[in-house]
Amino acid sequence: MAKTYNAGVKEYRETYWMPEYEPKDSDFLACFKVVPQPGVPREEIAAAVAAESSTGTWTTVWTDLLTDLDYYKGRAYRIEDVPGDDSAFYAFIAYPIDLFEEGSIVSVMTSLVGNVFGFKALRSIRLEDIRFPLAYVMTCGGPPHGIQVERDKMDKYGRPMLGCTIKPKLGLSAKNYGRAVYECLRGGLDFTKDDENVTSQPFMRWRDRFLFCQDAIEKAQAETGERKGHYLNVTAGTPEEMYERAEFAKEIGSPIVMHDFLTGGLTANTGLANYCRKNGLLLHIHRAMHGVIDRNPMHGIHFRVLSKVLRLSGGDHLHSGTVVGKLEGDREATLGWIDIMRDSFIAEDRSRGIMFDQDFGAMPGVIPVASGGIHVWHMPALVAIFGDDSVLQFGGGTLGHPWGNAAGAAANRVALEACVQARNEGQEIEKNGKEILTNAAKHSPELKIAMETWKEIKFEFDTVDKLDVSHK
Amino acid sequence: MSQVQDYPSRLSDPTSRKAETFSYLPKMTADQIKAQVEYIISKGWNPAIEHSEPENAFSYYWYMWKLPMFGETDANVVLAEVDACIKANPNNHVRLIGYDNFAQSQGANMLVKRGDM
Repeated sequence: MAKTYNAGVKEYRETYWMPEYEPKDSDFLACFKVVPQPGVPREEIAAAVAAESSTGTWTTVWTDLLTDLDYYKGRAYRIEDVPGDDSAFYAFIAYPIDLFEEGSIVSVMTSLVGNVFGFKALRSIRLEDIRFPLAYVMTCGGPPHGIQVERDKMDKYGRPMLGCTIKPKLGLSAKNYGRAVYECLRGGLDFTKDDENVTSQPFMRWRDRFLFCQDAIEKAQAETGERKGHYLNVTAGTPEEMYERAEFAKEIGSPIVMHDFLTGGLTANTGLANYCRKNGLLLHIHRAMHGVIDRNPMHGIHFRVLSKVLRLSGGDHLHSGTVVGKLEGDREATLGWIDIMRDSFIAEDRSRGIMFDQDFGAMPGVIPVASGGIHVWHMPALVAIFGDDSVLQFGGGTLGHPWGNAAGAAANRVALEACVQARNEGQEIEKNGKEILTNAAKHSPELKIAMETWKEIKFEFDTVDKLDVSHK
Repeated sequence: MSQVQDYPSRLSDPTSRKAETFSYLPKMTADQIKAQVEYIISKGWNPAIEHSEPENAFSYYWYMWKLPMFGETDANVVLAEVDACIKANPNNHVRLIGYDNFAQSQGANMLVKRGDM
């Protein structure tokens, strides 16, 4: 029987709270951590979040009756306590797949973290996880190449790859910048990297940088007999300019370009990923601005969601944090989003903050990049935490070597290979790290000096964004 | 400045050429190579051997020594093939590979013997 139209305000929970609902395989599922304003019942808040992130508005409108709103609406289907926090609760919401445009991660994010984040009835809201249905995953392009293809193209197997971000971040001329790149690569690194804010400033225009870096790559390849790359940052003020830079990088033979996917935007990123797939360029992704979005444990978007978003939008590398370096990152949570980047299927695992099973099907994986405040002494822990499918990036830990970049690079390469060899022999490398490195340094004066230089540096501040675990 | 050491790599010096994983480490002993073979076997990967003239080592494709040893779980059998490959190609680089057919990749690929340069 048809419904009748009654103007006015209904409680959200009459329509959007459906504890009896059983999510379908094709549904999008989202878990929000919500702190309501005092006095508002949890069911009403969860229903409001479902409504405001899907079909609803604050009052009934007659045009609701022109469609099957009961089909299209988001459904709040579960509420859970947040372990260790009485002020917040988890709201689980299911959305029918029809609400989102195929292949448009932008469409998904505009709904799920759109207006609802400014909703007055909430003190704070954080998107903890999204389960993307496999049917939707298959509409997205994903990483231009993925882990296996990158290994084949770069001819690197059985170990993490090594990188270095060129410093100072800003201010070098293109020629001097290329010098720093060349020294790192001839010393044994696989990649060097533009810093995220290097684009095309007056002191170093992009075309000059690209050409000098490519020269550095080619000479280092001839010298070492190994394949090398430099992440040329093509992030630009407009998409047109971004594509022009990517095209030039391709023309001069660069194997890889890079993009800042959050400041550049998801539309630009997805377009660039498609370009890279068509043109055989690997795509390195920097996550500048993520700290604004993901660091507050009560409000924003968790990085595990941003990781899924990037994997679907497209990128072959993504910065993941290091666990051990200068930047924020809890070990278990980091292991969780590393799995999200690399694996085909990731099971729900509350001990790592993963709220849903996620099936990526045949979509290629993204290589996590550990970068920020790491040096040779961290190598055993990094190899143990990240395993082979990773890029370990030592900026200061290469460039700050007393004998220069080439020696710094060689020190890192020797340390890495020694750790991989020991791991393969069955040693516990985190426990035996000192012995492994000390033995390796007997054959490498570069490593010996590096170990003396960085002996005392540690980064032991407490993590701000901890996993929600019971502490009562 | 006198404490700063020069990095001795040169285009003109063939010994500056590296050959990927483990080419920055000293020559492995027989026991060390065996441990790596056992690692490959323990992972369930298929051992294989490749070799190349040092001057052609930049190519993606080295010479395959016979065929990958599918299903081989005896490290001594693999080591005997490594020795046979070295004996037949005494001047060549030799690398040991572990084919991971699930990842459709090489789980391991390591230099176990440097050729003469």
